[in-house]
Amino acid sequence: MSDTPAGPEEVRHVADLARVDLDDDTVDEFAAQFADILDYFETLDEVPEVDREADLVNVMRPDEEHEGLTQEEALQNAEETEDGYFKGPNVS
Amino acid sequence: MSENIFITEETAAGDDDGPLAGKTVAVKDNISTEGIRTTCGSAMLDEYVPPYDATVVERLKDAGADVAGKANMDEFGMGTTTETSAFGATDNPAAPGHVPGGSSGGSAAAVAAGEADLALGSDTGGSVRCPAAFCGVVGIKPTYGLVSRYGLVAYANSLEQIGPLAPTVEEATELLDAISGPDPNDATTREEGADTDYAAAADGDVDGLEIGVPTELLDGADEGVVEQFWSAIDDLEAQGASYHEVSLPSVEHAVEAYYVIAMSEASSNLARFDGVRYGHSGGFEGNWNEAFSKARREGFGDEVKRRILLGTYALSAGYHDKYYKKAQDARAWVKQDFDEALADADVLASPTMPIPPFELGESLDDPLKMYLADANTTPVNLADLPAISVPAGETDGLPVGLQLIGPAFGEETIVRAASALE
Repeated sequence: MSDTPAGPEEVRHVADLARVDLDDDTVDEFAAQFADILDYFETLDEVPEVDREADLVNVMRPDEEHEGLTQEEALQNAEETEDGYFKGPNVS
Repeated sequence: MSENIFITEETAAGDDDGPLAGKTVAVKDNISTEGIRTTCGSAMLDEYVPPYDATVVERLKDAGADVAGKANMDEFGMGTTTETSAFGATDNPAAPGHVPGGSSGGSAAAVAAGEADLALGSDTGGSVRCPAAFCGVVGIKPTYGLVSRYGLVAYANSLEQIGPLAPTVEEATELLDAISGPDPNDATTREEGADTDYAAAADGDVDGLEIGVPTELLDGADEGVVEQFWSAIDDLEAQGASYHEVSLPSVEHAVEAYYVIAMSEASSNLARFDGVRYGHSGGFEGNWNEAFSKARREGFGDEVKRRILLGTYALSAGYHDKYYKKAQDARAWVKQDFDEALADADVLASPTMPIPPFELGESLDDPLKMYLADANTTPVNLADLPAISVPAGETDGLPVGLQLIGPAFGEETIVRAASALE
């Protein structure tokens, strides 16, 4: 039917790009479901090229200062903070 | 409450005076409420408490309404049944044992069960209209840009609008009047929403109204649903409206275009959930890629993972032109088709959902089956148009909804037509 590659390897690759860890069972389940879904998406091939009128104008406003969240409010939902900063995992 | 309507039952009081004084409003749990947990139906945001109110919440409180609680929903709005919620499914008060529709299932169920006078939902591909139809209440998806989305947790920004649900058309419009209008915090809002009086349009006067019926939106629909649809059209005809059939070939591709665009936008929007600033963290061991991947494995449910992955795939090198670009072509085509059809008709009518409510658990294993149920609602979001779902009887004891679609900022026309069916 479809030549769209959606095997377990591709699912793992996309999951890696999207930073979503998947267990092996989910990889297999997704591979089967993605094959069906992508097959269905294939019908977009029948859509003609359409002239898209981009009738857009830029809307500008003055750059004014406004009250924002306090540092405390901004940090209140973080699982870990240090000295008033967000704390994240090691980079690399 | 046995239906599992609310995720969080905390309330918030509005002003003493205003057009909505004394009314209670169930707020979908992806709309931020200051000091009240806002989970989006996800384990990822199990403990997230917003430090500010969404603009619509501020406005409903200013209008005198009280927040009745935070309503259950499909996780991040991704579903048609409210069964993808991390907090369990919601039963349909109008059809026990069946889903309330989704993704704003808790909002519609709250109104149907009388747990709130009114409700707010969000509609990305039908998420207000579908549950309104399945629960036998009224739901409005406003024109893109009518209602501010500041404080709505984003799923697919180019498609979604916040909209009201209520027992009657007039009550739904009263809530819409309260929340619509420009907002400096949402650059997509438009002046057309300022100082509206849609409630005045709910006068039931359809004399001379011309209705277009897109034949593609009846094809494949359940027989009992189609029967109720034509009986509603007969009712409108008897009151002075007339109808003609019209063909919209583009809508045959609306569902796939909608899902490609929505998933693509979701893959980008949901990248923010890494557990550092808010949400479930994956701990702070190992490097950031490992920690983020773990947080997202634990925090997201399967449907959210599916959509993030498929969206990432549709945007990835080599597939962007094949999926995303073609979906944008289809979207432009759908818009053109609607513009042409609405040149010869005041409103377009269809069944809101081609099927009656699923039984609980029926569609969970087959995501594609669930997506296909959105055939009649997704084209409206692609075209940025307003639409209303109004009850149109029952088939085998299950509620059926009629959808009326209007031109951009033509809310008054769809409200007037819908109110004639009450």
